[in-house]
Amino acid sequence: MKMNGARIMLECLKKEGVDTVFGYPGGTVINIYDELFSFKEIRHILPRHEQAGTHAADGYARATGKVGVAIATSGPGATNTVTGIATAYMDSIPMVIVTGQVPTPLIGNDAFQEVDIIGITRPCTKHSFLIRDVRDIAMIMKKAFFIARTGRPGPVLVDFPKDIQVAQTEFVYPETVEIRSYKPNLEGHPRQVEKAFRMILESHKPVLYVGGGVVLGDAADQLTALAHRLGVPVTTTLMGLGSFPGDDPLSLGMLGMHGAYCANMAMTHSDIIIAVGSRFDDRVTGKLATFAPHAKIIHVDVDPTSIKKNVRVDLPIVGDVRDVLDKMIKQADKVKDKVTEYSASLVPWHEEIAGWKVKHPLSYKNSSSIIKPQFVIQKLRELSDDDAIISTDVGQHQMWTAQFFRFNRPRTLLTSGGLGTMGYGLPAAMGAQAAYPGRQVITICGDGGVQMNIQEMATLVQNKLPVKIVILNNNFLGMVRQWQELFFDKRYSQTCMELPIDFVKLAEAYGAKGFSTAKPNEVEKVIKQAFKEKGPVIMEFKIAREEKVLPMVPAGASLNEMVLNA
Amino acid sequence: MQHTISVLVENEFGVLSRVANLFSGRGFNIDSLSVAPTNEEGLSRMTIVTRGDDKILEQINKQLNKLIDVLKVIDFTDGSAIDRELALIKVTAEDESRAEVLRIVDIFRAKIIDVTPKSYTIEATGNPLKIDAILELLRPLGLKELVRTGSVAIGRGAKGWKG
Repeated sequence: MKMNGARIMLECLKKEGVDTVFGYPGGTVINIYDELFSFKEIRHILPRHEQAGTHAADGYARATGKVGVAIATSGPGATNTVTGIATAYMDSIPMVIVTGQVPTPLIGNDAFQEVDIIGITRPCTKHSFLIRDVRDIAMIMKKAFFIARTGRPGPVLVDFPKDIQVAQTEFVYPETVEIRSYKPNLEGHPRQVEKAFRMILESHKPVLYVGGGVVLGDAADQLTALAHRLGVPVTTTLMGLGSFPGDDPLSLGMLGMHGAYCANMAMTHSDIIIAVGSRFDDRVTGKLATFAPHAKIIHVDVDPTSIKKNVRVDLPIVGDVRDVLDKMIKQADKVKDKVTEYSASLVPWHEEIAGWKVKHPLSYKNSSSIIKPQFVIQKLRELSDDDAIISTDVGQHQMWTAQFFRFNRPRTLLTSGGLGTMGYGLPAAMGAQAAYPGRQVITICGDGGVQMNIQEMATLVQNKLPVKIVILNNNFLGMVRQWQELFFDKRYSQTCMELPIDFVKLAEAYGAKGFSTAKPNEVEKVIKQAFKEKGPVIMEFKIAREEKVLPMVPAGASLNEMVLNA
Repeated sequence: MQHTISVLVENEFGVLSRVANLFSGRGFNIDSLSVAPTNEEGLSRMTIVTRGDDKILEQINKQLNKLIDVLKVIDFTDGSAIDRELALIKVTAEDESRAEVLRIVDIFRAKIIDVTPKSYTIEATGNPLKIDAILELLRPLGLKELVRTGSVAIGRGAKGWKG
């Protein structure tokens, strides 16, 4: 059947199993919206800003594992998506962003609302396409989804000129897709895996160092199984939280700049590091010259460019983490006796780690007069559902959440790790809630970040998305203030948000509920009340203003040079 | 160390800027870059001359391979490839220097492709070191204009690299 390009776009989305899109109309996508008017198979959520729409698609993708879809018009609509795209790119989140473009004959003429969005987003997309013929739409969309979700996932942008949305052709969706220049290597080389396994069995102080790749690769079960078989302790990056149960005795928690003392010490003293789906980011390694000086490094990653980018690697394994972990488990099962013996031989290592855990556990001094943010996080964990999805913004509250929430399940923490995007939390929660209307979705924000996309309160209320918004309010841009306190003689340059916002009234202005307290003994009551509400709620906790995130590895210092009390 | 890398790419919209962006975005050097279609329709071949230590070269190779439109990357190590460059050189040639220019052109097996009473335009091909050498000899005579293509490279031996 002949149909126009706009309709073909929607049919393609349907074929890809897309049930929800986040988009904002405008002149060059008006034809898509006209088709959408009568297209009931796709739910469209209208955010109040394209950046938020893109973050929502990202949150949707992180929570579900599916490809998130965002639509924006050309020009400013498209440029507003850039932060959202870069956020997704840095954290390898599968997304397809469809932007309207001026009609083909006008491209390059500085037409109204024209921008070279492909050029602008080239460094922060996995790939991008400009549709130049209505007959190409189906194949380009098939490729876009294929590229977004396979290999190391990432955002793909499709630029869609208005004249092609109007042009007509037969719609035939390709059954298969083959891109001869794109063949991600998914199967870990069996001999490399065998070798890795032998190396592990020869070690005495092993650590599994796990990143977001395990979450994205849906390999949390395999990771947990392997760690348990071998008795190897596990530390995760910020992005890896939830891939291994935080409550598990083998869990060391998060490592790196604000990581647990035991995790950083274990890395520094280890004799083998098994890196799985992690990329030795500078926030993780600290000073490279002194990073894990005694350790051999096995690095498993689907993206070859991640391997040997920052650190030397003794044994690289390129492949899908789930495939490689599966193969390792098989290896372990082949030599059960040896594995049991190995696991028993690690007792002194576990004792050493236990010593570090006791010496400097993650802790804070609670108070009965002023709310400590860590206390709020612990209460949230205690009172929320087991399968609750938590999103965060970026800064102190994000690190407190990472440290004290103890995530047990993959895809329950949505946070901007690589780009560190303030304003991410609220719209990402919105996306997750759209995917899982029945689950508890909580966003934990600071008073700075939440105001970067606060307009999405309207989207939550309008679409009946009952996101629970926690604001840890210290009237500061806390993380920068912390750096200023520690490294810039307390010169709090432009980090004090002096105007007190009435967040309760703000919630009410949007038609939502708001609670606020400054009293520690009311924290539990407020959380319980908020969780009982059927709609979106803001919970504001006025917290100890100058509370710091500790421990902290100062920028440029070694992992074992942590500031523990300051 | 200088490396010559051949990159076989799909002749897609924007592929050159993807490659160029990769180099500038990650701080890799490009000494020269040349690109043109190959004998297989839809494919182009780039020759990139770049510099860096082993670690950087490994990243350059991997990052190029990661680009969706890149089909194949070959890093020609020393001696495994023949590289050639073409230069068009406009040089002052008056009175006594006219003969000198002709002698140099002859020695380097270059060609005169345009003549005026005051100048010669020379076409020279060879590996980049040879081009450097002829330029060194011509420069004192008065170099008016210079255009170089950058290297193109092909592997030695009978084996062909498809595309």
